[in-house]
Amino acid sequence: MADASNSASGDLQLSHITKSFGEFVAVDDLSLTVPQGSFFALLGPSGCGKTTTLRMIAGLEDPTSGTMHIGTTDITNTRPYKRPVNTVFQNYALFPHLSIFENIAFGLRRRGVKDVKEQVDKVLELVELPHLAQRKPSQLSGGQQQRIAVARAIVNRPALLLLDEPLGALDLKLRRQMQIELKWIQTEIGLTFVHVTHDQEEAMTMADTIAVMNEGRIEQMGSPADLYDNPKTAFVANFLGQSNLIKGKIESNDGANQIVDLFGTKVAVPKARSSAKDSSILVGIRPEKLRIQPEDIAMSGNILTGGTISDVSYIGVSTQYQVEMPWGQELMVFEQNDDGVAPLDKGDRVKLSWEPIFTFGLDGSEDANAGSELHISEDE
Amino acid sequence: MRKATRWFSRNLIRIYAVLGFTYLFIPVVYTFAFSFNNSVKSNLVWRGFTFNNWKNPCGAPDVCNALGNSIKIGVLATFIATILGTLIAFALGRYAFKGRSVVNLLIFLPMATPELVLGASLLTMFLNFGFNPGFLTIVIAHVMFCISFVVVTVKARIASLDPRLEQAAMDLYADERETFRRVTFPLVAPGIAGAALLAFSLSFDDFIITNFNSGNVNTFPKFVYISAERGLPAQANVIGSSMFFIALIVVLLGQLVQRRRKVS
Repeated sequence: MADASNSASGDLQLSHITKSFGEFVAVDDLSLTVPQGSFFALLGPSGCGKTTTLRMIAGLEDPTSGTMHIGTTDITNTRPYKRPVNTVFQNYALFPHLSIFENIAFGLRRRGVKDVKEQVDKVLELVELPHLAQRKPSQLSGGQQQRIAVARAIVNRPALLLLDEPLGALDLKLRRQMQIELKWIQTEIGLTFVHVTHDQEEAMTMADTIAVMNEGRIEQMGSPADLYDNPKTAFVANFLGQSNLIKGKIESNDGANQIVDLFGTKVAVPKARSSAKDSSILVGIRPEKLRIQPEDIAMSGNILTGGTISDVSYIGVSTQYQVEMPWGQELMVFEQNDDGVAPLDKGDRVKLSWEPIFTFGLDGSEDANAGSELHISEDE
Repeated sequence: MRKATRWFSRNLIRIYAVLGFTYLFIPVVYTFAFSFNNSVKSNLVWRGFTFNNWKNPCGAPDVCNALGNSIKIGVLATFIATILGTLIAFALGRYAFKGRSVVNLLIFLPMATPELVLGASLLTMFLNFGFNPGFLTIVIAHVMFCISFVVVTVKARIASLDPRLEQAAMDLYADERETFRRVTFPLVAPGIAGAALLAFSLSFDDFIITNFNSGNVNTFPKFVYISAERGLPAQANVIGSSMFFIALIVVLLGQLVQRRRKVS
């Protein structure tokens, strides 16, 4: 195609982008690269600047400073209608006065594309709704509107497709289904997707790369597995899944491990996974990595003793325990219900153990609760 | 007896509705009925049924001249007031400028000012500027009081417009002009049409301000008012009834179009 939308292609590059609204800095010196053809997620709580970032990429908001490129083309000051970028808006923003066909044809017609009907039919086929072409948006269900919004954007084959919380208005079941479909469409047509969401599970399901944003900055960027296994900040550790973060002091080094004192107990933390700057450290363990046993049973690895079960939730595939430790902190333990053994009871005295390799270390000056109060559960 | 009470309580809302509508429509029915009155001089007493008034609506002296003036003034005033009012509404609804809240307030003032005062002071102003009251002064006066209503109506429509729709259009390669043409205007248009209808009916109906500023130009309300002193011809009832039915047809057509749009 020789139209404007394909004149620029390549990686999306944001360099030192800042956006302030008066005194308030929504996006603070943000730099990132989205490789061409990838599925990139901007994940963060509301107000973290992710939507503002997306709107700047779309051209609906001007950055206060910094530059944006797609490939080698500078798009920093390009009007939105001249960018090879299309957006799937939150709540879809379908034109209520136009039919579904005309909604999808809108971008093609503005660009003077010749075979409008053919292309619209093809994309309607792709989203499996060809029978709705002559309907009005108000006659469609939420899930159907969502697919039409995607179709209206991808029919233009933009260099970049932006998705602004596109699944937020759907119920859980439909959301799951659409996550899979969107991922499939992305692979099928090979566009670069930039997806904004506050739902960590959605980001992990769909994206190749996730940038976790907080207060206008990127906290950490990486693959879902990398972010989950090696969080570098307490915010990431708590926002992406759940974490037990225990304050400790690095006592010595033992080969590849740091030996850390946790309220009197020595545990090993792999040096490669520790981002502690001095001797003060937050030792992190994911709840499903912890094993829980009655006090009198022998265990290996890192061991913490003297816990009391303060709460038990049985949720079918697993049992979730809250364990109160001698120093007053509550730790979370998820146990798979795969051993046929009856769950432990509230009030039981227990000890916890885990393999040292599952431990990560954060800088001790961090707030252990950062991001946890913003955690979005999947049934919200 | 008990049965009657139960029937009464069960149909209370219906009875209430019938009474309400009767109250609303008796004057209309009365006007319509007396358009068939075989009246001689005044149209106050029933003198028998005739189609003569309907066959000859311009039969009474000057009635159709007055009606023609009213329609001309109405169309012209509506046209000007709708364009100006829509522009003002967009400015107030879309742009943050210094003094916007003051303008918002000032726009309401003509609606709150008594018509008598407006009419009298307009006349003073026209005379001071050496304008002879006539067709032109009526149009100017009507545009003035219609603008406020147009602004309020159109502004409400603009306020209810989701700004993301225009952003979506821009995102889909429509520049500012195309976005306005393809998205903004079509979505605001029903509000503009409503405002125009309102402006026309206000203009067509106006007596007080018109009476001050019309000189010897006759309009329909003025005609009715003046002839009422000597005896209103039945033709006035014919025209009044016709206006009612035309308005009814317009509303019904509007509903029909809307329903068809929804179905298709």
